[in-house]
Amino acid sequence: MRSTGQDQQKKASFWQRIHIDLPLLLGLLSLMTLGLFVVYSAGGQEINIVIKQVTRIGISLAVMIAIAQIPPLTYQKWAVPMFVIGIGLLGAVLLFGHVGMGAQRWLNIGFIRFQPSEIMKLVVPIMIAWFISQHNLPAKLHHIFIAFILVLIPTLLIAKQPDLGTSLLIASSGIFVIFLAGASWQLIAVCVGLASAFAPILWMFLMKDYQKQRVLTFLHPEQDPLGSGYHIIQSKIAIGSGGIHGKGWLQGTQSQLEFLPERHTDFIFAVFSEEFGLIGVSILLLVYMAIVMRGLWIANKAQHAFTKLLAGSLTLTFFVYVFVNIGMVSGLLPVVGVPLPLVSYGGTSMVTLMAGFGIIMAIGTHRRFNA
Amino acid sequence: MIKNKRVIIRNHSAEANLFARRAFIALIGIFLLSLILFNNIFSLEVSSYKKYQTRSNNNRIKLLPVAPNRGLIYDRNGVLLAENKPVYSLEIIPEQVKNLPQTIKEISKLLNISAEKQAKFFKAIKRKRRFKPVELQSRLSEQQVALFSVNQHKYPGVRVDARLKRYYPFGDLTTHTLGYEARINRKDAQRLERENKTENYAATREIGKLGLEKYYEDILHGTIGHQEVEVNSQGRIIRTLDFTPPIPGKDLILTLDIELQMIAKRAMQGKRGAVVAIDPRDGSVLAMYSNPSYDGNLFVHGISSKNYKKLLHSKDLPLINRALQGYPPASTVKPFMAVLGLKDGAITPHTKFWDPGYYKLKGVDHKYRDWKPSGHGSVDITKAIEQSCNVYFYNLAFKLGITKISDWMEKFGFGDYTGIDLSEESSGILPSAQWKRARYNRSWYTGETLSVGIGQSYWSVTPLQLAQAVTILVNKGNINIPHLLKATTSHTSDTNKSSTNKSTTENVHYEGKAPIVLKHPIYWDIVLNAMHNTIQKKHATGHPGFVNTHYDAAGKSGTAQVANKAQNTKYDATKVKENKRNNAMFIAFAPFKAPEIVVAVAIENVSKGGGGTNAGPVARQIMDQYFGKRTFSSPVLPLPKGVK
Repeated sequence: MRSTGQDQQKKASFWQRIHIDLPLLLGLLSLMTLGLFVVYSAGGQEINIVIKQVTRIGISLAVMIAIAQIPPLTYQKWAVPMFVIGIGLLGAVLLFGHVGMGAQRWLNIGFIRFQPSEIMKLVVPIMIAWFISQHNLPAKLHHIFIAFILVLIPTLLIAKQPDLGTSLLIASSGIFVIFLAGASWQLIAVCVGLASAFAPILWMFLMKDYQKQRVLTFLHPEQDPLGSGYHIIQSKIAIGSGGIHGKGWLQGTQSQLEFLPERHTDFIFAVFSEEFGLIGVSILLLVYMAIVMRGLWIANKAQHAFTKLLAGSLTLTFFVYVFVNIGMVSGLLPVVGVPLPLVSYGGTSMVTLMAGFGIIMAIGTHRRFNA
Repeated sequence: MIKNKRVIIRNHSAEANLFARRAFIALIGIFLLSLILFNNIFSLEVSSYKKYQTRSNNNRIKLLPVAPNRGLIYDRNGVLLAENKPVYSLEIIPEQVKNLPQTIKEISKLLNISAEKQAKFFKAIKRKRRFKPVELQSRLSEQQVALFSVNQHKYPGVRVDARLKRYYPFGDLTTHTLGYEARINRKDAQRLERENKTENYAATREIGKLGLEKYYEDILHGTIGHQEVEVNSQGRIIRTLDFTPPIPGKDLILTLDIELQMIAKRAMQGKRGAVVAIDPRDGSVLAMYSNPSYDGNLFVHGISSKNYKKLLHSKDLPLINRALQGYPPASTVKPFMAVLGLKDGAITPHTKFWDPGYYKLKGVDHKYRDWKPSGHGSVDITKAIEQSCNVYFYNLAFKLGITKISDWMEKFGFGDYTGIDLSEESSGILPSAQWKRARYNRSWYTGETLSVGIGQSYWSVTPLQLAQAVTILVNKGNINIPHLLKATTSHTSDTNKSSTNKSTTENVHYEGKAPIVLKHPIYWDIVLNAMHNTIQKKHATGHPGFVNTHYDAAGKSGTAQVANKAQNTKYDATKVKENKRNNAMFIAFAPFKAPEIVVAVAIENVSKGGGGTNAGPVARQIMDQYFGKRTFSSPVLPLPKGVK
């Protein structure tokens, strides 16, 4: 008994030395592996797509491991410069950015094209966590107010691109910091009230026609079954026809016969549900829950307000991905461009997400040395 | 160790507690939201599973209709009268062609396809999915098909598509009887809708428009088949899930003899009129030909408006089936009048009338003339028929009165549809006092009764009716319904490949009608005997056409006035307008002892002579052919099994 305990201690110390949280890593790996199978099925059974996705997973893991080596408190020093540069880049995107898929999201620096909004997914929670943790918790009202302003600037810049999904994720990452920092319930109530008051303004002045259309389609998908309602109708048919056991891997007719749009990207959950049924969905949800719980556990164990708030915000934002994606694909929410995290095919969001988990792992493994 | 200088006093445990509380609340929130997600998925995948499964299947499974092959039509000896011939068109599947403009250029050069067709093709491909075939040229000639077949390997994605279309090998010889098949138009579609047949015609493009093709449409068409296929979102067929083969339409075996038909056409060359031949033993129509005719094949591919106008406005009215149109029967009604006179007691076989060349009603100046100005002298019933004596029948008609005449003639089917299996039949007119009242709101004049007595006045009879009435006469009152369909052959295509297709032929049974019964059947014989004399006796009116036949024929001629001529003038065909000239009629049957064939002939506006000299020879040519002096001996195909 004792010797095994020592072994475990040794093992743990090995993972700790390379700053990897093993349970979290297992959860992430199982998601990405599952994702590979679904991507293969959804992508017309082309091995090229799988190879590309494997490459992406490799890069993402490398990024995660690299970031996990950085002591998390270092970010405090870099919070303000990173935030300022990030805002600058977002401004640059609006001025010189490349248009792709009907929105201006890409910035071309020499040979690389990248989306500054992706970097902001990490920078904003770092910035807000740093700002809030400068003072005692629970955070005071005027600090919260300033924090709100800080969140609002990148959110609006990104919403203007327009990229509703990302601006939603960034806004929630900031708001989660404020919530975890102990914003009073009265304030939360007031904010909810303000948000609902703000909604019509958003509708009238800020949302583009196609975004409004998405919301209208969400409310009444059957009114335009061949037009904008097509996505959501086909997606619900795919999910519903999966039943309890699913149609089997590579056997989903909605996906294989191309009735389902954006099968391997945003709507991959519908492919998964069609082929693996309610049983598959339950397992997937459990894996997501396990990752979220592990993330919150690490946040709770962290010994600094900054690291606690940062790990907590990153974890909760990860769940927002899950909720918004599954919600929109199954018809609970309007369609906004949010991928199913670590399962959907596609580059940038996976790297950003894994970088976020790199930070969480750093917070989980560096604490002994930082405390 | 990194120290944050700005933090002066921090209550770490209070902050940790606060965070732990908030994290816990967040976790509960996450649980709740996950529950909402799960609940929604559960309702989709479990509660509404059936609904979405159905919708998913509706997305991917499509039923493609497969048209049945139309039944063929044979004559009584198995000669093919209507067949389905492949018509070829050149089709291209754009996605399978590497260099489309180049390919089109080469093929067009090879097959001599017009620039117009090429432009049309390039327009058409824009509207269609890239995996759907697009037609470049329709109705390829056999030469074009051969030329392309040799070069086909060079052009993947280009193919020759064959579609079956109706073809009538005998052309105008059969059109009036067979009718034709042509593209379903809006009216046809509406009728199919009303009759709930739209589904069965989902893959069918043509429908019977006329004649037997129309009358037996339901038998000829067959039952639609279905191919159940899986399609993707663009409608591309991925695979076939199930196949229900169509049931081909039944073949029709007709009572017609195409060789008699050919004789009829040859005999009617240059004449307007019709010939009908019926086997009196069962009512089988052996020949039915109307001249001039036209080629039904023209209509199968859609007739050009130029050709159609030509047919429509032709003075000879080729579109009309004269076998089913009314003519004044003239003297051909005299045998029927004679039977009535005997039966009614108005005359006996020995009753004689004096014929001075005319007949006068008491108190009226008008002279009802005989065709022979000098008259026939003393005439009994036999001589009256042989010589076609008008005055005898004026006397008889006067004695009988119009009501007795029309009541009697109705029994022979005059003035009514015969019930033949064609929809274009006209009922003709059988005049009576009531009819005239209804039609003209005038009362009946006795003078008109006299005209009716010699088959003139309003009386109008179709050649088919006339032939049918003669069959009743030669059958001594027994009535068979005239018909063209002898038997049908059905094909069952087995899905099991090892067993060959089965064909079963069924003869069609026709019910007769209640017979005409005479108290003294001898009256039939007296009249039939007189008809025999009419042909066999020298100088009798029917003799000229039937000199030296090797079979024993009987008959009666008729010459109908088309226009009224003034009193005391002489008819001279050369001085009368063509369309006012007399019509020639003839009825005949043979052999006299046991009749096998009845022929009725009507010829319009003859330039010289009457029924005996114009229509009689036509009837004779039909009979010559029938009784073995065959002019045509075309190779006859073997009969399908089961036909007697």
